[in-house]
Amino acid sequence: MAVTVQEAKVTWKRLPLSSNYAAAYAVKDLDVDVIAAYPITPQTTVVEKIAEFIANGELNAEMIHVESEHSALSATIAASAAGARAFTATASQGLELMHEILHIASGLRLPVVMSIATRALSAPISIWNDYSDLMNTRDTSWITLIASSAQEVYDSIVQAYRIAEDPEVMLPVMVAYDGYLMSHTYEPVLVPEDNKPILDYAPKNYNRIKLDPERPISMGTLTGPEWYYEFKYQQVVAMKKALEKARKADEEFKARFGRGYGLIETFNVEDADVVIVAYGGLYGTVIEAIEPLVEKGVKVGAMRLRLWRPFPVEDVKKALGNAKLVTVIDKAISYGARIAGPVALEVMSSFYHDEAKPMIMSVIAGIGQRRITEDTIREIVDYSFKVLGRGRAPEESLYWGVRGVRYE
Amino acid sequence: MRFEIRWHGRGGQGAVTAAMILAEAAIFEGKYAQAFPEFGAERRGAPVRAYTRVSDKPILTRAPITRPDVVVVLDSSLPKELYLAGLKEGGLILVNTKKTAGEFAESTGIDTSKYRLYTVDATRIALEILGVPIVNTAMVGALVKVLPIVSLENVEKAIMETFPGRLGEKNVKAVRAAYEAVAAESVVAR
Repeated sequence: MAVTVQEAKVTWKRLPLSSNYAAAYAVKDLDVDVIAAYPITPQTTVVEKIAEFIANGELNAEMIHVESEHSALSATIAASAAGARAFTATASQGLELMHEILHIASGLRLPVVMSIATRALSAPISIWNDYSDLMNTRDTSWITLIASSAQEVYDSIVQAYRIAEDPEVMLPVMVAYDGYLMSHTYEPVLVPEDNKPILDYAPKNYNRIKLDPERPISMGTLTGPEWYYEFKYQQVVAMKKALEKARKADEEFKARFGRGYGLIETFNVEDADVVIVAYGGLYGTVIEAIEPLVEKGVKVGAMRLRLWRPFPVEDVKKALGNAKLVTVIDKAISYGARIAGPVALEVMSSFYHDEAKPMIMSVIAGIGQRRITEDTIREIVDYSFKVLGRGRAPEESLYWGVRGVRYE
Repeated sequence: MRFEIRWHGRGGQGAVTAAMILAEAAIFEGKYAQAFPEFGAERRGAPVRAYTRVSDKPILTRAPITRPDVVVVLDSSLPKELYLAGLKEGGLILVNTKKTAGEFAESTGIDTSKYRLYTVDATRIALEILGVPIVNTAMVGALVKVLPIVSLENVEKAIMETFPGRLGEKNVKAVRAAYEAVAAESVVAR
């Protein structure tokens, strides 16, 4: 797809920011009108920073302090329905408490954007990272991006409003990243001196159907069996469109600002027998783990899933089509499923209709932030080659690194 | 060249902030850096770990540092097994203690033919200048003296960004005092 946008003249500041702060900077630069949030670890510093921007006069927005996440998203939805550019942020139990409202945001076709510092779920209580919270939102009709650096968190939230407010999409967007492992990690991030180029890229769409006392409408009314299905099918169609819109948003972002990510990212997949698939911050660890192996001539590569919903089937198939074995590392468990990794399941179903396809192995790791080092990744790579030699992938997910379980 | 630094302290001493200030200073210097804490259920007195990576090239990994080049020990009462774990041979140890490096090596049995050991009395500096035993900024000052990967100027800038105003100025004083003291008080036992 040709992108003909001129490169924007932007003066960037290079700041040490956590992913949480990067999210707050994006909200400021996007001139968001209304933020409603309830504090929850490890998300809290996103809204604390936004509150600071509002207090300093750097952002002219309404901050609504609510009594729960259920109310936080409800207030965000109300603001968005009234035409405002609205934002919220949460994690873990907070995202679970929002669950019913997630469907309302997408069903009302409101371009809300939310950042998620992903975290494990109770019980038992864990404040640490995994992706159980995010994966539970899979079927809520939210467009979902998973970032792997603080810079990408900033850039993705900018792209998120562009996608969400597109008249042909009009769906909410989540931008997720690892709680703690990214939310509290300081690293260099480029933010613009002046936010005008950001708003030129993602101008506010006030020209949409909204609640307006001059022209009253109702939203989300009782809808009988004669029409409900059509509303839901429209969401299906909008989600399909969102895939190319997300691609285009990223391409145009790259053309303007010089940074782009694609819907997926790959490393050495052309030349690899084994490809490791990961998402979020783990991808960087995977790359540093396999780089020395590739230098030694080991035929291993990696792929990162950036767009989780809508799922970029064709991109994934193209990236993984040359591999003999694909090992998908999931940081969430779908309990009771033989293949319990949500992304592994999706990768498998992408290839179902093809005659020639790679073996696909599902590995669960990093649950409740169980430590994953480069050594862990290299053990998984070694095991993948073992499986490749045997010529048959395990039919069940492997639970890597859990006590009392070993794979021969 | 990448340096991997692991900070060991107890809750309340500011190890997490120290890790962050060093990374901020490196970023101000135009380098790549990453700082993150190893979160536990934080409470005062409990052992705390934090990490800083500094490099000329982008840093992709987010794994905790298990084979550090440098360990900084904010509390000398921590068991040495905790902070020596995985330290590279020839690695650097910087300890907050009243003892000289020679005395500290003798009392703990740290093998100074394997590691470079430095000591600084950061608690005294913190008490004198800040009035509280929060030694993080002093330890950053001492570290950049013995491991000059970032300039003192950028450390001071990072501190002023983290603690604006008078508190920042006091911490800058602590940094400078420790920067001077570490050389005077330590014995490079190799």
